[in-house]
Amino acid sequence: MAKSKSAYSEPGKLGKPEHHIIVVWVDNEAGVLARVVGLFSGRGYNIESLAVAEVDRKKHISRITIVTSGSPSVIEQIKLQLKKLIPVHKVADFKRNDPNILFKELALFKVVSSKKNREKAQKACKKYNSFVLDKSKNSFVIQVTALRREIDKLIETLSPLGLVSTSRTGAVAMTRGSEIFK
Amino acid sequence: MGKLISGAEIVFKVLEHHKVEHIFGYPGGAVLPIYDELKNHKTIKHILARHEQGAGHAAEGYARSSGKPGVLLVTSGPGATNAVTALTDAYMDSVPLVCISGQVPTHLIGTDAFQECDTTGITRPCTKHNWLVKDVNDLAKIMDLAFEVATTGRPGPVLVDIPKDIQFKKTNFILKSSNKKKLNGKSSPNGKISSSDLDNVINLMKKSSKPIFYTGGGVINSGPDASKSLRELVSLTGFPITSTLQGLGAYPGDDPLFLGMLGMHGTYEANNSMYSCDLMINIGARFDDRITGKVDEFSPKSKKIHVDIDPSSIGKNIKVDLAVVSDVGSFLKALNKRIKDKHKDFLNSNKQNISKWWKDIDKWRQKKSLSFKNSKEVIKPQYAVQRLYELSKNQDTYITTEVGQHQMWAAQHYKFNKPNRWMTSGGLGTMGYGLPAAVGVQIAHPDKLVIDIAGEASVLMTMQEMSTAVQYKLPIKIFILNNQYMGMVRQWQELLHEKNYSESYTEALPDFVKLAEAYGCVGIQATKPEELDEKINEMINTKEPVIFDCRVDPAENCFPMIPSGKPHNQMLLGPEDEKEEVSDEGKTLV
Repeated sequence: MAKSKSAYSEPGKLGKPEHHIIVVWVDNEAGVLARVVGLFSGRGYNIESLAVAEVDRKKHISRITIVTSGSPSVIEQIKLQLKKLIPVHKVADFKRNDPNILFKELALFKVVSSKKNREKAQKACKKYNSFVLDKSKNSFVIQVTALRREIDKLIETLSPLGLVSTSRTGAVAMTRGSEIFK
Repeated sequence: MGKLISGAEIVFKVLEHHKVEHIFGYPGGAVLPIYDELKNHKTIKHILARHEQGAGHAAEGYARSSGKPGVLLVTSGPGATNAVTALTDAYMDSVPLVCISGQVPTHLIGTDAFQECDTTGITRPCTKHNWLVKDVNDLAKIMDLAFEVATTGRPGPVLVDIPKDIQFKKTNFILKSSNKKKLNGKSSPNGKISSSDLDNVINLMKKSSKPIFYTGGGVINSGPDASKSLRELVSLTGFPITSTLQGLGAYPGDDPLFLGMLGMHGTYEANNSMYSCDLMINIGARFDDRITGKVDEFSPKSKKIHVDIDPSSIGKNIKVDLAVVSDVGSFLKALNKRIKDKHKDFLNSNKQNISKWWKDIDKWRQKKSLSFKNSKEVIKPQYAVQRLYELSKNQDTYITTEVGQHQMWAAQHYKFNKPNRWMTSGGLGTMGYGLPAAVGVQIAHPDKLVIDIAGEASVLMTMQEMSTAVQYKLPIKIFILNNQYMGMVRQWQELLHEKNYSESYTEALPDFVKLAEAYGCVGIQATKPEELDEKINEMINTKEPVIFDCRVDPAENCFPMIPSGKPHNQMLLGPEDEKEEVSDEGKTLV
């Protein structure tokens, strides 16, 4: 028999990874984000992006939106482990390709280039709800809201056109229609 | 308006409210106000350890043997970091602990002050929850909540970090009994067990011809009534039962329906039954990797039922067919009632159904997988544990262990008949756990026989706690199976690393008899099998703490074992078995 050199068992078959959006409602108290993020890093889960802010000022509830990937059993564990944290109120989980879910990221781009290239850049941004926030004689700062992959693509397009700085948020998500997640 | 009292006094008020009688700890600069207040609270006795890790394990031993939460009091910085091993140990083994740590004054937090560390940051992953108290008005509420979190749901450790200025500050003491925030629904799983769940369980039980109960520490944690209900359930069904390391004692170890412990060093019959069963009923166990081995080949033909209080334990390692989130005690009670009400004749009508299964099990039993070749010249460690059991079983004995071969031999050869009598570090595997745990057990049960079955390497890690035992006149017995090796490390090196015994031999060991005398307790040494009984009796009859240096065969390995990466039906039974052959010859069951 081939001998294993370990006191631990060998890895079993892994499920196929899926992208999920996990939304967590938490008490906005000191250290709560560290608890959530620490749970992910401590148990080896992925965080692709993260967005957090207080959404209910009276009850001090923050909403954390995490884009993650993992096999179905890992996603299930993420939810169950999150629900065990004391400051967590509820946890929602959506597949990234779920058509009933809206999600958006916001990005700011600074472009420094010739007039011609700046016009090209502005045009490229146009279909992503773009706003020019600041202008100077050789630059502008523009805001777009779009999907992650659209922003990725936009960065590629803008690079040769004088993109010098990029700032982007994590995704935020919401269900379509009148329903809310309880 | 009521009298203003200090933060330090509030700490004790809440401890009194929760009827805490003992706290384990070690003073230091940042907790001095709390230590100053101690004198005013006569119902609370402080046990001074010699190291915060020792205080933590003592609190664990206290909690596990009494069912009450253990309370730990340490100072900031090194006091808190020394407690981390014990907190992690308690987290892994679901032991309720409330750790109170001092912190530098609030205005110094974040300045790298003397004995400052980020205690809540460091302990966040090894506690159920922790708090840094920044306002004395929150202290009572937080302290109260700490007990709630530690003791409800799946129990575990919590930590309250209290800056020194908060301990001095005065406020009104208000502790509303209805103060309990619902913990966002976490304190208890929604109590009711649906009758459809129960019927589903019973249906699966009726259909099964190869059932097995696989029970764990959850049964112990649920309280003594859960163990009673488990015994009733087994007698109502006639099904075989096996237990994890942590579950030992929930079901009588000498009962014929009990197959012994399962897992890496479990019995042949328990592991083969787990592999071959068609219905596995997991009650309060968590499919730990020492139990499952290779998960893809774990019990491939069975339907699996899992009852656990912690939803995240279900489906984490092994997918199950029927999940019930419940306190196991309430579940067992409800299931027994359902069987008695609706299926009165379950046992007899089902007997035929599982008779072939019992024959299979008997065949596996005949391998006598716990047997070993005894010797007249040297003490075999298994023999030593067996003699210890025989000579102490007539009294209500509490056993703690360290971690390693001796721990597995204790689990295999010491038979437990009651819950809360067996305290061992299973999840974290903390060498040095057993001696301080024995201190805590003896505090909770001053008149009972408390024995730490130890290895010489483990016990040296927390040996200083003998001084604690002597101070409080705790007659704990440290029974060291001394083989001069880190035995389990040596065993793995022999089996998997071509006998390269890299750093697993201790070249210089203390003279344990003299060491005992230096601590002010009694030292006994046994080197030959024929003197063992007399010396063990001497130990048991000594009214003081004892260190027993039992010199055992240094080359003995712990069998049976599931080699790594193998499924349960491919166990090694003994040294002759390495060529995949099962040879029973030359082995005798002593």
